[in-house]
Amino acid sequence: MIPAAFDYHRPQGIEDAIAILQKHGDDARVIAGGHSLIPMMKLRMAEVPNLVDLQDIESLKGITIQNGRVNIGAMVTQHELITNEGLAAAAPIMREAALQIADPQVRYMGTIGGNVANGDPGNDMPGLMQCLDATFTLFGPDGARGVKARDFYEGAYMTERDDEEIMTAIHFDASTAGYAYEKQKRKIGDYATAAAAVMLTKDGQTCSSAAIALTNLSDTPIWSQGAGAALIGTDCGPAAIKAAVAAGLDDIDPSEDNRGPIAFKYHAARMMISRAIASAWARA
Amino acid sequence: MNDLSPDRAERSAKLKGLGHSRKRVEDQRFTQGRGNYVDDIKMPDMLFGDFVRSPYAHARVKSINIDKAMALPGVIAVLTAKDLEPLSLHWMPTLAGDKQMVLADGKVLFQGQEVAFVIAEDRYINADAIELVEVEYEELPVITDPFKALEPDAVVLREDLAGQTSGAHGERKHHNHIFLWEAGDKEATEQVVETADVVAEEMVYYHRTHPCPLETCGCVASMDKVTGKLTLWGTFQAPHVVRTVASLLSGIEEHNIRVVSPDIGGGFGNKVGVYPGYVCSIVASIVTGKPVKWIEDRMDNLMATAFARDYWMKGKIAATKDGKITGLHCEVTADHGAFDACADPTKFPAGFMNICTGSYDIPVAYLGVDGVYTNKAPGGVAYRCSFRVTEAAYFIERMIEVLAIELNMDAAELRAKNFIRKDQFPYTSAMGWEYDSGDYHTAWDKALTAVGYDVLRAEQAERVEAFKRGETRKLIGIGLSHFTEIVGAGPVKNCDILGMGMFDSCEIRIHPTGSAIARLGTISQGQGHATTFAQILASEIGLPADSITVEEGDTDTAPYGLGTYGSRSTPVAGAAAAMAGRKIRAKAQMIAAYLLEVHDGDLEWDIDRFVVKGAPEQFKTMAEIAYASYNQAIPGVEPGLEAVSYYDPPNMTYPFGAYICVMEIDVDTGTHEIRQFYALDDCGTRINPMIIEGQVHGGLTEALAIAMGQEIAYDEIGNVKTGTLMDFFIPTAWETPTYTTDFTETPSPHHPIGAKGVGESPNVGGVPAFSNAVHDAFRPFGLRQAHMPHDHWRIWKIGNDLGLHDDV
Repeated sequence: MIPAAFDYHRPQGIEDAIAILQKHGDDARVIAGGHSLIPMMKLRMAEVPNLVDLQDIESLKGITIQNGRVNIGAMVTQHELITNEGLAAAAPIMREAALQIADPQVRYMGTIGGNVANGDPGNDMPGLMQCLDATFTLFGPDGARGVKARDFYEGAYMTERDDEEIMTAIHFDASTAGYAYEKQKRKIGDYATAAAAVMLTKDGQTCSSAAIALTNLSDTPIWSQGAGAALIGTDCGPAAIKAAVAAGLDDIDPSEDNRGPIAFKYHAARMMISRAIASAWARA
Repeated sequence: MNDLSPDRAERSAKLKGLGHSRKRVEDQRFTQGRGNYVDDIKMPDMLFGDFVRSPYAHARVKSINIDKAMALPGVIAVLTAKDLEPLSLHWMPTLAGDKQMVLADGKVLFQGQEVAFVIAEDRYINADAIELVEVEYEELPVITDPFKALEPDAVVLREDLAGQTSGAHGERKHHNHIFLWEAGDKEATEQVVETADVVAEEMVYYHRTHPCPLETCGCVASMDKVTGKLTLWGTFQAPHVVRTVASLLSGIEEHNIRVVSPDIGGGFGNKVGVYPGYVCSIVASIVTGKPVKWIEDRMDNLMATAFARDYWMKGKIAATKDGKITGLHCEVTADHGAFDACADPTKFPAGFMNICTGSYDIPVAYLGVDGVYTNKAPGGVAYRCSFRVTEAAYFIERMIEVLAIELNMDAAELRAKNFIRKDQFPYTSAMGWEYDSGDYHTAWDKALTAVGYDVLRAEQAERVEAFKRGETRKLIGIGLSHFTEIVGAGPVKNCDILGMGMFDSCEIRIHPTGSAIARLGTISQGQGHATTFAQILASEIGLPADSITVEEGDTDTAPYGLGTYGSRSTPVAGAAAAMAGRKIRAKAQMIAAYLLEVHDGDLEWDIDRFVVKGAPEQFKTMAEIAYASYNQAIPGVEPGLEAVSYYDPPNMTYPFGAYICVMEIDVDTGTHEIRQFYALDDCGTRINPMIIEGQVHGGLTEALAIAMGQEIAYDEIGNVKTGTLMDFFIPTAWETPTYTTDFTETPSPHHPIGAKGVGESPNVGGVPAFSNAVHDAFRPFGLRQAHMPHDHWRIWKIGNDLGLHDDV
């Protein structure tokens, strides 16, 4: 459990960080909280000759909420997501989900940027970003560009981000929608066996908008348009939930692991989707 | 001074002796980071050793090329089996009468097996060098299923045993067979089973798991070439046995070997055995003349050092129509992995599995255990357990439940109907064990009353009806367990390890000013020996526990003992402490008689002093006597006040307990919530109630882990699927429920202070309680047996197989 030797860089600004990435190409990786990368390095599944630590870059920190838009710096920790009252008001699903990630010690270090950018299908925030229809800012040699979360993930650990780009911020609209993040896991610190993020608005007793996203049920986070569509215009009653679940299950492709066989993954997905819808509807 | 006699209660309290919830003296160090564990040991010029391990579960080793590794600056040497062979150290004997490769000799037999030992100047260089050792393997067919291992055309795993039709424990009936060990009366049992009113049959699997102590295994070996003395610090639960084995293997005379167990961060049986890391470190230190440290990482520990359980137990339990048990038949297929490295007393290759009649008066019984080789890691140690008593307790407590189903009877009532009665003790079981004492009915009634058993059953029945009506998806399980342990191994007449009788020892020196040091042959791994042994002595010799230092683990200073495992410390070393204390007191009585100018027989012992009978104002305290023993010439009495006792226990002790777990199960997700857990333990005389409670909490949490998720799992080609704590379940505070502890107190009649041992009871009794709760929840729907661990998907599968889900 000892990583191969590496050089450690600690740039003070984002341009400096990009310059290091440009210089070393494939031989450099940025590190945020380190809770994904360091274990991979210790297992020698990732070899990183040049490690670029982002923690001194002030522009990557802080949460602002302006004109109904939430902006979160990539280096904001899970702990900050939980304790920021403005965020809790503007997007309460963030706190609900962050509280289900790992344990307090990990959350003091783990960042939203690392969680979102790594492309690990087990991470919770990518699914949440689908649900929130977030936009990611990627900063590279040619400056900044925005990418929709729903367009970002290509496969396990494969994303739209170029090697010379760094994710700097995450943006989404504040929302008063009913929300829920339901996660089944074996124990504290585990990835989801299955998890569902749901946000709903209602007009009277009719569902007027719905976003449903799923975690660790495919090699990427799944935004299930079909599941959301199945709820819109309904009363979110048993028949509607059943239709949404069926649509959601159509969109996933889980694999067997120690959390259970594929049939169980489908079953767990069914439970998480239906529970999250019921809970979000009650809060809408 | 003699005029001011404090009252007896106050004097007694001041000693903090037996029954006192004295705070653990160890914790001041441990909670401040001042422990001294093996990895804290740093020596000048110390080198580090680490293993190249096999990625394959079964493969021929075609070649090993160390050139690139040796070329890396800072690498001192790379040892392979070829280097150890001239020393005859490429294989080593196991505690179970088998032999084990120290480094791969021609082939590897399990994933994680030690192939080469790299010695380098630091751990970082070591880790790089391991990557540079080039090993060429040729993969062979893999067997991870013990039943497949015994098929006629199964691949031969142990080629070194080719042609050997008998092993250390008798006949081998197949090339992958190790032994058949039998107990009880086969013929009579089979006859009873054939003619019984009712017979319940079931295959009960106790899955493979691992003790997983927080501190992994490791050592520092230091050969002093000037003095010829070898010092070995390490995570040893039995340091004296390690010294003897090291001497036999290395040829170094035993007086020139010093083995030290420093603080140990949990053992649970994992640190009883002798591992290749110890042998290689010693060789490396001898070769280099420098100290060599070897410390496992977590994955090494889970993959390669000793596992526990992995018993397939096929049972038949016979009874009359009204539920009186008439016989028990058990055939075990025991998966020992690649080498038989169980840590059992020599004559018991299946440990004390023949305690499987449990708490019940069963007139006739038979046990047969077939040990089998597979391509899995060796071990089979007693994980917080006395030599397979966990397997035995789980087996009988499952068979009772299955019989209750067969009889359509309440499982609590069935137990009460078959308990050994109080008036039957001492009771000789059908397998030949003599149970020392017990009062099972009293404990059981107390437990049932405490949880409100009848009310719980009514609530459970209502819940089942509500479930059937579709009003809830949660079921209630009431998990019952009444276990009897067999601990304190053991009498030298039938218990030994590598020929060493399983006695234990205590040596006491009283200092002139009335304090003392006691040294024992055991070694604490967190049990609190420094606290509790001092309490035993405080009550025996009348000096405050706070004035008694307890020291263990250094073979140069401690008397020979067999170490700490199998809940043997209190039953054996605790008895030795009491007996040594009594020798001190006997001499003290002679000194007091001289000082008080009376005959020995005119004195009586009173808490902390000898008092002249009928004249309470005339006495000498132990502190006064201690001083006198060093400064007075007493005719016929040697100066000083010391004693040593080697205690050979006349029998095992038999702690018991009644555990009840109330569990809510979400049928939809397979998740569970422990609503209530009641644990009544009877460990005989209670030395420190606070430590007992702590032991019970810890053991129950391990039991929870084992029953509900913890396992060492392999895929079909022998890859370990649970090699990190992500997949190997260790409960945190979050998963751990609240426990209610209770007790009855039935002293052991043969132990000097009546104590029986408690450390392992909660693991032994807890697993059936948790598992039975899961089974009980689904009993109304027809479940008989579902194998552990009961993690989410396996509970989902129970419901699925019973047709309780509507999505399939």
